[in-house]
Parts: sequence; C-alpha cells; structure tokens
Amino acid sequence: MTGLRNSVSDTLVLARRSFMRIPRAPDLLLSYTVQPIMFVLLFVYVFGGAISTPGYDYVDFLMPGIIVQTMAFGGFVTALGLAEDLKKGLVDRFRSLPMSRAAVLSGRTLSDIALNSLSIAIMIGVGLIAGFSFDAPVAKIAAGVLLLLLWGYAFSWVFAFIGLSASSPESSQAFGFIIIFPLTFVSSAFVPIESMPMALETFAEINPFTTVVDAMRALFLGAPAGNDVWGAVAWSLAIAAVFAFLSVRRYKRAVVR
Amino acid sequence: MAGDLAIEAEGLRKSYGSVRALDGVDLRAPSGSVLGLLGPNGAGKTTAVRILTTLLPPDGGSARVVGLDVVEDAARLRTRIGLAGQYAAVDENLTGAENLEMVGRLYHLPRGEPKARAAELLDRFDLADAAGRLVRTYSGGMRRRLDLAAALVARPPVLFLDEPTTGLDPRSRLGLWETIEGRVADGTTVLLTTQYLDEADRLADRIAVIDHGRVIASGSSDELKDEVGGERLDVTLESQADTEAAIAALGPLSSESPIVVDGMLCVPIAGRRGTIAAAVRRLDQAGIGIDDVAIRRPTLDDVFLALTGHAAEPAPEASEGNEASEAEVAP
Repeated sequence: MTGLRNSVSDTLVLARRSFMRIPRAPDLLLSYTVQPIMFVLLFVYVFGGAISTPGYDYVDFLMPGIIVQTMAFGGFVTALGLAEDLKKGLVDRFRSLPMSRAAVLSGRTLSDIALNSLSIAIMIGVGLIAGFSFDAPVAKIAAGVLLLLLWGYAFSWVFAFIGLSASSPESSQAFGFIIIFPLTFVSSAFVPIESMPMALETFAEINPFTTVVDAMRALFLGAPAGNDVWGAVAWSLAIAAVFAFLSVRRYKRAVVR
Repeated sequence: MAGDLAIEAEGLRKSYGSVRALDGVDLRAPSGSVLGLLGPNGAGKTTAVRILTTLLPPDGGSARVVGLDVVEDAARLRTRIGLAGQYAAVDENLTGAENLEMVGRLYHLPRGEPKARAAELLDRFDLADAAGRLVRTYSGGMRRRLDLAAALVARPPVLFLDEPTTGLDPRSRLGLWETIEGRVADGTTVLLTTQYLDEADRLADRIAVIDHGRVIASGSSDELKDEVGGERLDVTLESQADTEAAIAALGPLSSESPIVVDGMLCVPIAGRRGTIAAAVRRLDQAGIGIDDVAIRRPTLDDVFLALTGHAAEPAPEASEGNEASEAEVAP
C-alpha cells in the first residue's frame, strides 16, 4: 500500500513540476494555442473549398480529424522534457532517489492531459466560430472529449519512448513529427479516404487514426459508428500499454548522454 | 555495520561493448571519511559512482554502501545516499526552493518537512536571497551549490560527488570545497571523484588513483606525493648545448639527479625556500643563459607519469554542460 501511495504521490509531484514549466517557458504554449487555431483556419478557408466531403460541410468533416491530429502531437512536450532531463542529468538524480521508477514518465504524461484539454477547448471554440456545429447528444459529445484525451494520453507514451530514445531534444521532436505526420494525413482526418489512390486507401483503412477520427465523427456528428468507438478505445489502450512498457524499461536503463 | 565501512567494493567490473570501463576495482571507505577517486576523463570514475549509487548494475564484483548491497538492496539504499553529479542536475524552470522541495517530496519526507528543509539548506548554501528565482537565472556556481543542497535534502549518511567542481571558476570552487568540508565535519561519508590532485589533496583522507578502469595506487595524499617526488624546478635554457653543464651546476640542489623533458630541465626539490634564487645564481656563475625558471607542484600528470610511466590522457576540459564557467554573480 505504501508503495502504491508513494507512486501516486511521486507522479503528482512530477506532474506538477511539468505543469509549472508552462507559464515559465510560455513558448511551448504556442503549440497548444496558436498552432491549432492556425491549422483550423488554414484547412477551413484555404483547402476547404477544394476538398469535396459528401454529406458534410468541410468544417464539420474537418474538426474531428484535426482535433485527433492535435491530440496525437500534444505529447511532444513529454519527449522534449524527457530528452532535456536526460541531457542535463536530472534523470540520474531521479533514479538515485527512493521514488517510483515510472513516476518521471507518468508525471509528464499526466501533465500533458491538462494541456491537451486546453487545446481541445480552444479548437472547439475556433471551430464553432468558423461554422462547426455538433449534431449529437451532450453525453456523446462528452464521451468524444474523453476519447480525445485518452488518445492524446496514448501518444504521450509514444513521445515518452521517443524522448528517451532520441539523441537530443531537437531530434526527439523531429522524430515524432516524421512518424505522426504521414499517419494523420493518410487517414480519414482531412479528406475522404475514397479519394486516395488504391494503395493509400488500403493503408488508410487499417490506420488507427482513421478508426479514431471515424469514432469522433460518430460521437460529435452522429455519423454511423460501427465498431469505431470501441476500436478507438482499444487502439488507445493498446498503444498506451505497449509504449508505457517500452518507455519504463528504457528509463530504467537510461544513461546520461 | 560490518567493520564500520561505509563504502566497500570488491572486484567491480563493467564493460560498455568492448570498452572495459571498470576492470576489477576495490574500494574501501570507513564511515565519516572522505575517499577521493582521482583519474583522467574516461578512467572509470563516473562508472564507479553510477554503480555505487544503484544507477548501473555491475557486470561482476560486488559493492555495499552502509552495509546494503547496491544490487540486492538498491531500493533501500537509495534512501541513504545523496548524489551530486557533474551536470548540476536541477530543473531550470523551477526556483531554487521549488527544486529542493520537489526532491524532499520524492524522498517522501513527512508533511511540511520538504519546505522547512529547503529553507534551511538554501540558507546554509548562501542561496536564501535567490530562493524564489528561477534556476535558469543562476550562475554556474549557484547551480552547483543548489545541486549539492539537493543531494543533502534527506540528510544521507553517504554522499557521492562526481567531479563537483569541474568547470567552476576558482572562487566558486573554493566555496564548494568549504561546503563539502562542512558536511564532512558533520560526520557524512563522502566519495568524491576529481581530475585535480589539489582537490583530492584538500578534501580526501584517502585517494584511489584510477586509470583504465583499475586502481593503480591508493593512499593518503602525502603518500602519493612522495611517490610523485614532491615539488620540482623547471628550467628552460637559452641553448640546448648547455644542458650537460646545467645539470652539473644544478646537481647539488637536489638529492636526485635532474632529468630532461622536452628540452626542459626538471630538478626535483624538497620544497626548500630560496631554491629559485640559488638555481639562477649557480647557472649565472656557470655562464649559462636562462629563458625561464619555475617551481612546479605535483599535478595529476606527474602522478600518472610516476605511477604508470605514461601521461594522463589529455582531458577534454569540461566540454559538456558548462554553464559553469560563467562568473559568479554576487546575490
């Protein structure tokens, strides 16, 4: 019991630490505020007119997709922070303390949830101004927000692993973008996948981003859900579990660069 | 505790791929003493510290700190040790006080204690005025002091300091030495790694000289210095042709015969006053021209030369993380 209580307390201490960084190094905040706003406006007003989305206004089609993408990127703060902690020897200090082995990671991923909540609120606000409208009961919309946070949390663990594996904070960021950008664009996030060439369409169909985006359209817009919602939850949990396991294992062996 | 040894390591081995970082290292430090690990970069000092602080499992051999095995009892041992590394491992985006409070909470100190302990340490380390400032505004010396304070939050009986002053300016270095001496006076056992003989000399009761993953000599600093041969006089002549004559002229100043290194004449001396004047007078009388005369105290290089027959590899002086060379800003 003491062990569990200490783990929770260690995680909260370190989540607080990660969170306190935000107002003190506000440059990071741009990624959670200005950048999503920019993307929404760019897609709605620049690409929107040229993309045909049968059955939906483009802004309605776009919002679930672009929020899912933003959630996946939200964890980059974790990668950046861990890579910095490694570089500066803080990981050595933490590992020499009688604290939970996983807390450095779980603390950071927990603090990402707060930041991701902020970006969801901002994006929905901007979307509503740009003409987005929900077409679902409040309970489903709330479920959708929870699914977004769960998805973002899963990717925080992906970024934790990247941050512990990359050779520098800069490369951890680049590495994350190289993996996540193609995955989000070759999915149903921005265009109907039927418009893609055959090979890409096949990839997009099995891409978990498509599953999650379709689940969000079901929860926010009342689109037919099929198994997408449970599929999205399953993908999120699986990604979180696999990368949490890999990250903790790597953390235990982490060595100062 | 067995024989009252705070640190006890036998036959420690560790390899990284084909590189043997530690090749059978034995270390012993009685409780309350200061053990200095002296060696150049890459000698294996940091690896030894990482093993003793449970960060790295050894490939072979065993080690106990305050009677606890570094592998078997790692979790319990972490409550009894403090580590200050060569990186000043503090969070730049927290204040000095917040850093220490965070460490106190992670040691699971009782409620209220982290705050009180942080205030106490900030005061003792002369950081009270800067307690509420973000660490990124701190100078290199202030960061190191904060790092050392963080290692002391839980009042550990054993303190590991990995090159605590590398890259610091002389004034900060002196300040840090005084702080470490204060801990030792309180009965803390300290293991200190350093590249500098003067640092080991001042702080350590016993010194283990490490080279290529092995302890090649150990003893008190006086014992080691005797092996090195004490102070020496370096004379650079105007003309190499005078070398023989100069050796003859300077011979009486030393009980050992002068040697020639890189065209420079090195005369071992036993710290006698007036040696420079005597040397200059003798060379002058012999009509030998001098470019330069200097007294040299033993350095790490001399220890290595004496002990191994080869010079210590040139240490790439503090290339990493050296915000440290900034001048100390007076609070």
